[in-house]
Amino acid sequence: MPRRGKLSSPSIEREGSPWTGLWAVVAKEMADHMTSARMRILEVLIVLTAAGSVYAAMQVLRETVGEDPFLFLKLFTTAREPLPAFIGFLVFLVPLISIALTFDSINGEFNRRTLSRVLAQPIYRDALLMGKFLGAFFTLALVLTAIWLLIYGLGIVGLGLPPNTEEVARSLLFLVTTIFYGGIWLAVAMVFSIIFRQPATAALASIAVWLFFTVFWGILASLFAQILSPVQIGTLAEVVRQTQVQLALARFSPNTLYAESMIALLQPTVRSTGLLLPFQLEGAVLGAPLPLSQSVLIIWPQFTGLIAITILLFALSYVLFQRQEIRA
Amino acid sequence: MSEYVIETVNLTKKYNGFTAVNNLNLRVQKGEVFGLLGPNGAGKTTTILMLLGLTDPTSGKVTVLGMDPTRQTLSVKSKVGYIPDTVGFYDELTARENLIYIAKLNGLSGPAAYQRIDEVLARVGLLDVGDQRVGTYSRGMRQRLGVADVLLKQPQLIIMDEPTQGLDPERAREFLKMIRSLKEEGITILLSSHLLHQVQIICDRVGLFHRGRMVLEGTVSELGRKVLGRAYRVFVEAQGDPPSILAALEKVPGQVGVIHLGGTRYQIEAESDIRPEVAKAVVQSGAGLLGLEVETQSLDEIYARYFEEVKHAEKG
Ligand SMILES: Nc1ncnc2c1ncn2[C@@H]1O[C@H](COP(=O)(O)OP(=O)(O)OP(=O)(O)O)[C@@H](O)[C@H]1O
Ligand SMILES: [Mg+2]
Repeated sequence: MPRRGKLSSPSIEREGSPWTGLWAVVAKEMADHMTSARMRILEVLIVLTAAGSVYAAMQVLRETVGEDPFLFLKLFTTAREPLPAFIGFLVFLVPLISIALTFDSINGEFNRRTLSRVLAQPIYRDALLMGKFLGAFFTLALVLTAIWLLIYGLGIVGLGLPPNTEEVARSLLFLVTTIFYGGIWLAVAMVFSIIFRQPATAALASIAVWLFFTVFWGILASLFAQILSPVQIGTLAEVVRQTQVQLALARFSPNTLYAESMIALLQPTVRSTGLLLPFQLEGAVLGAPLPLSQSVLIIWPQFTGLIAITILLFALSYVLFQRQEIRA
Repeated sequence: MSEYVIETVNLTKKYNGFTAVNNLNLRVQKGEVFGLLGPNGAGKTTTILMLLGLTDPTSGKVTVLGMDPTRQTLSVKSKVGYIPDTVGFYDELTARENLIYIAKLNGLSGPAAYQRIDEVLARVGLLDVGDQRVGTYSRGMRQRLGVADVLLKQPQLIIMDEPTQGLDPERAREFLKMIRSLKEEGITILLSSHLLHQVQIICDRVGLFHRGRMVLEGTVSELGRKVLGRAYRVFVEAQGDPPSILAALEKVPGQVGVIHLGGTRYQIEAESDIRPEVAKAVVQSGAGLLGLEVETQSLDEIYARYFEEVKHAEKG
């Protein structure tokens, strides 16, 4: 049976606020997430990962670094073979948690036959969709913040000194960026939860998208760059151009945007997220850390990019959901 | 301001060229129990969804409680209760938790909401099991929880899509009783069903749907008169000479057909309840009257006859 109905004509002016009932939905969603077995498993997973990788990092730091002004930030970025650093885990864990939070948000209501009953209450679909998104978003934010605090606690105990203000500011920004990176995957899974009636299909599709960007997009970007801007003679200009094209293409992936932001925030010595040419380094003391404001400036496009993708995806889910025939 | 609780004017819904509801003119009065009947796919659910503003009409006009469901969505939905054909709950939550969510969506919270929830749970007889997970509920309990759910908002109109589907006869009877008591409170009720004898018991008026059109509308006896040409059937048990009893019965004014069912049993079809006249005729013919029963026409029969005629008309 076809599922699409007629799009409600937007010219019809509707009575009341589209957000009536929003907070009731948000509260219900958060309560559901917090008590679900699914979230418990993920919480255990992320706590173990955080504790393990931070503990490993601390051992490395104790051995090697003596006087590093950003010792705390190194907790996130230091790896001890064979384990990756905590940020390496995050690139997997954040999408996983996000997808787990929303892959059955709409189709789950369909399958439980609760959607028509909920939508028969005095709320608009807008409030239901937004409430589901925000409920998942706040849950994600809560979980990640808790992990942050855990890492800080471990750090203070393990390293025996408190973080300085700049470290706190940088890692807080990193936390915010991570939450918004998760927002993208929340929105991706939400779109699929509207398109596919089966939650398993929606979950699989979301993971496929994530895998595509994590594994294949980098390869495709370099392939396309070679086609779009081939190196024919081998001049430096040609090579630089090809690299720039490749970088531009790579940035279509939220993973690239996130990785770049993450590195610039946590490693204050990073001066650019792009290609660094020698003249750009003129006058700079190599290895000297940038002030926070400069680091923020570097990643500003990436950060707004992450938010923009989330908003676009949410808008897409909104349009799909408004058109959907809700009969169960 | 319309005097009807529900009024539709040439309401039409098309799905990619397929007309699910075709120029429907439906009027339901305040305090009435109105039954929507019709075969699968006749357009009953589609009509209900349009009344609630859950689906937009392709053309035509809908007025519910004097409001337009596509514009005044929130006002309409805060006064109209809807029990979908397969009513679903959050199984992992208790009945009370399910109702708390719905109460919040209706702007009810705090002690007032809790009190109201207790009231509606008591009303449908689920107060004792209100803290049990809905996953453990039987079908009949879910259906009653569905009623509790719509009563939360103190509706003026309740729309039920096939409410007694899947209930055992005892539960169905209880459910019908509950519908009656809602009507007594002045709540208007629109329900769709396939179980004709139940519809007949409970509904003041019915509308028969066929291929998106309402082909018949009225009280059950009105439909009986229209479709079967009679409204009542009187059964007589009389001892005596069959030809003379038959002759006497045929002279009774108001009868439209007399049949000897065999033995001492006779059947008379009539436009009204003519039991007194029948009794008099039997006694006057000299026969012994053993029994007299009247059967109002059954909706089942009306339904079957109507669709038989439709089939004939299509073939011919
Ligand atoms: N989204 C849709 N797209 C296309 N056709 C649809 C859609 N929804 C319903 N229909 C069609 O509209 C017709 C009316 O359906 P509806 O559900 O209103 O029937 P109904 O009277 O409620 O039937 P039932 O007794 O089986 O519940 C059916 O033929 C159905 O196939
Ligand atoms: Mg139906």
